Amino acid sequence: MSPLKIKKGSTSHSAYDLRSTFGDEVERHTLAVIVENEPGVLARVIGLFSGRGYNIESLTVAEIDHTGHLSRITIVTSGTPQVINQIKAQLGRIVPVHDVHDLTVEGASVERELALFKVAGKGDHRIEAIRLADIFRANVVDSTLESFVFEITGTPEKIDAFADLMRPLGLQEVARTGVAALSRGAS
Amino acid sequence: MSKQMTGAKMVVQALIDQGVDTVFGYPGGAVLPIYDEIFQQNHIQHILVRHEQGAVHAAEGYARSTGKPGVALVTSGPGATNAVTGLTDALMDSIPIIVLTGQVPTFMIGSDAFQEADTVGITRPCTKHNWLVKETDTLSGVMHEAFHVATSGRPGPVLIDIPKDVQFASGTYTEKAKRKSHYAPQVKGDIEMITELAKAMEKAKRPVFYTGGGIINSGPAATQLLRELVAATNFPITSTLMGLGCYPASGDNWLGMLGMHGLYEANMAMHDCDLMINIGARFDDRITGRVDAFSPKSKKAHIDIDASSINKVIHVDMPILGDCAHVLEDLLNVWKSRGRKTDKENLAKWWGQINEWRKVDCLAFKQEGKTIRPQHALTRLEELTKGHDRYITTEVGQHQMWAAQYLGFEDPNRWMTSGGLGTMGYGFPASIGVQMAHRDSLVINVAGEASWLMNMQELGTAMQYQLPVKQFILNNERLGMVRQWQELLHGERYSQSWSEALPDFVKLADAFGAKGIICSDPADLDDAIMEMINHDGPVVFDCLVEKHENCFPMIPSGKPHNEMLLGENADTANAIQGAGGALV
Ligand SMILES: Cc1ncc(C[n+]2csc(CCOP(=O)(O)OP(=O)(O)O)c2C)c(N)n1
Ligand SMILES: [Mg+2]
Repeated sequence: MSPLKIKKGSTSHSAYDLRSTFGDEVERHTLAVIVENEPGVLARVIGLFSGRGYNIESLTVAEIDHTGHLSRITIVTSGTPQVINQIKAQLGRIVPVHDVHDLTVEGASVERELALFKVAGKGDHRIEAIRLADIFRANVVDSTLESFVFEITGTPEKIDAFADLMRPLGLQEVARTGVAALSRGAS
Repeated sequence: MSKQMTGAKMVVQALIDQGVDTVFGYPGGAVLPIYDEIFQQNHIQHILVRHEQGAVHAAEGYARSTGKPGVALVTSGPGATNAVTGLTDALMDSIPIIVLTGQVPTFMIGSDAFQEADTVGITRPCTKHNWLVKETDTLSGVMHEAFHVATSGRPGPVLIDIPKDVQFASGTYTEKAKRKSHYAPQVKGDIEMITELAKAMEKAKRPVFYTGGGIINSGPAATQLLRELVAATNFPITSTLMGLGCYPASGDNWLGMLGMHGLYEANMAMHDCDLMINIGARFDDRITGRVDAFSPKSKKAHIDIDASSINKVIHVDMPILGDCAHVLEDLLNVWKSRGRKTDKENLAKWWGQINEWRKVDCLAFKQEGKTIRPQHALTRLEELTKGHDRYITTEVGQHQMWAAQYLGFEDPNRWMTSGGLGTMGYGFPASIGVQMAHRDSLVINVAGEASWLMNMQELGTAMQYQLPVKQFILNNERLGMVRQWQELLHGERYSQSWSEALPDFVKLADAFGAKGIICSDPADLDDAIMEMINHDGPVVFDCLVEKHENCFPMIPSGKPHNEMLLGENADTANAIQGAGGALV
């Protein structure tokens, strides 16, 4: 049995030295959340993340089943395993949420993101940009004499890498869609 | 065969079909069509409160004391924003209520119209779910779904925002039975994990049941099964503030409430147990104290209907997702079919240890001199009201904790208090809601003078409907709980914790036509309490008590259970000896 430490009256210690958490490694997870396509459902999901202090690295949403009124929200988030479990349980609690899939633990999955890059430059920079775009299998979707708009799809890491290369070559603007993800194989 | 009717009529029809008999509300421009329908029927009684916060707390009191959902009706804009505290309170304590709000007409939404507020936006984080209904045809379906969502799974508050044009327009009414919802939380627990728990119970040397409000929410069956399980196993049982009454306070195995102001024996048992069985509680920070020192030697099982409550704060070894009653039934069956085994020898030693802790007598106090001590006032209240058909509500503060410590609850649904949110101003309107549901019962709100002033306007409601609620105010002329923390943790700097310019409560009662009683002498207390009980009408009882009393035991936040502060009169010397004697 534990030793008894009984104190009477007041204590000089602060009342506020609160809790240590489970303190595990931070992991990155991709969640697919199937929701009823009703007004406010995205606000509920986002409100949950901001209200409880969870991270959102990327979030995409679109209707996937018009007759069934279902949308799919793909969220990339990070946290300790305990936090990730909480996020999934909290998402599952939202009334219009039908299903929560953790693609990171439910076997192999594919992740893709689409991005548009505006790169402006002349001479060698312009040639280099086109060459690199070719290597990354980016398409030119707009061009003027001083600029290109590249369209690229791939994993977020590939898009990050492309951004790093374009930066010294006159990168002006980037638009990214965020991650869409599916599990591999038949469902 | 579909019925055509206006949206306003649908609201009333759906309430009737859902078995609602009472609505607490306050009218305004955006709900006038609904009020017009209420005027033209006799099935539902509308209680006109004096502030929308009161309507929501009254609905909570009604719900908590009956097990049925409570209903509140308020107007748009300020009516809706006034309901926010009550909604948050109900969310934290898992109370099923349906709040109906009026809204500006659909074609004016977003134009900053008069009394427009983004009600669904504001209340999204403080409801279990909410709806803005834009078409009359969908209104009755939403109404039925709202009752379903509020009452199934982990109960909670829901809100329906109804624009005025939707109330005026006609549409098709859908019957209650016709709708199907995808929302269907799991109620049966995993039988393998339940078996695991039954095995752990057979081997446990120092088990404890740690129960919470979930048992009361689950309903009478859960209470019944819990009592059976406790009797059959002879395990000790403690409960959170919200769970009081699920096991009778007079029961042999009762350790009293646990937590920050819980009983010494309850907290010590939690700290030293080797098997903790959490049923419908959520490891709230008022319970756990310092998380990393929480019950370090125990295997923990957690039965909860809400997956997000499991492993949120405390890692558990045996998570069981399901409704308390369903899981308890399976657990009892499995444990019985395996031969009803417990480790009787070690259990007897464990009870020996617990009885040593009980000798500390942590709630002991001495009533001496001419000033009433609050503990004494509640002890007398308990004694004089014990046999009555009694319901207790409370405000928030020291008086609330003393009420939890010194009043005994034999049955569930008899104790209404704001646990999770700690809402001062909850108790008075809640007592009105309780009394509406139980017209002939004795309903007492144990209050602090500061909390009580937060919703004292409801005295008008009590008078209007002749609700004989008893307002038992422990008047210490202090924001007592704040003062206590300042004394213990902020160097006795009493910043803003005085209740100054207090009203004369007797005159105040008189002004509303209620009965006022003042009592300051311990010698008069019993007679005064009897006068309160015997008066057939609302009573405001101003009980002047010791101003600087502290509420003990107390586990300061951030401290483990075995570092409790005890009151002056607790037999500490004996405790160390007694418990020390049992150390191996
Ligand atoms: C609405 C609200 N505001 C502030 C608080 C913080 N608070 C907790 S207890 C307390 C003092 C309550 O005083 P009183 O009602 O007189 O009760 P006592 O502690 O004196 O018994 C305060 C201010 C609260 N819980 N709720
Ligand atoms: Mg006070």
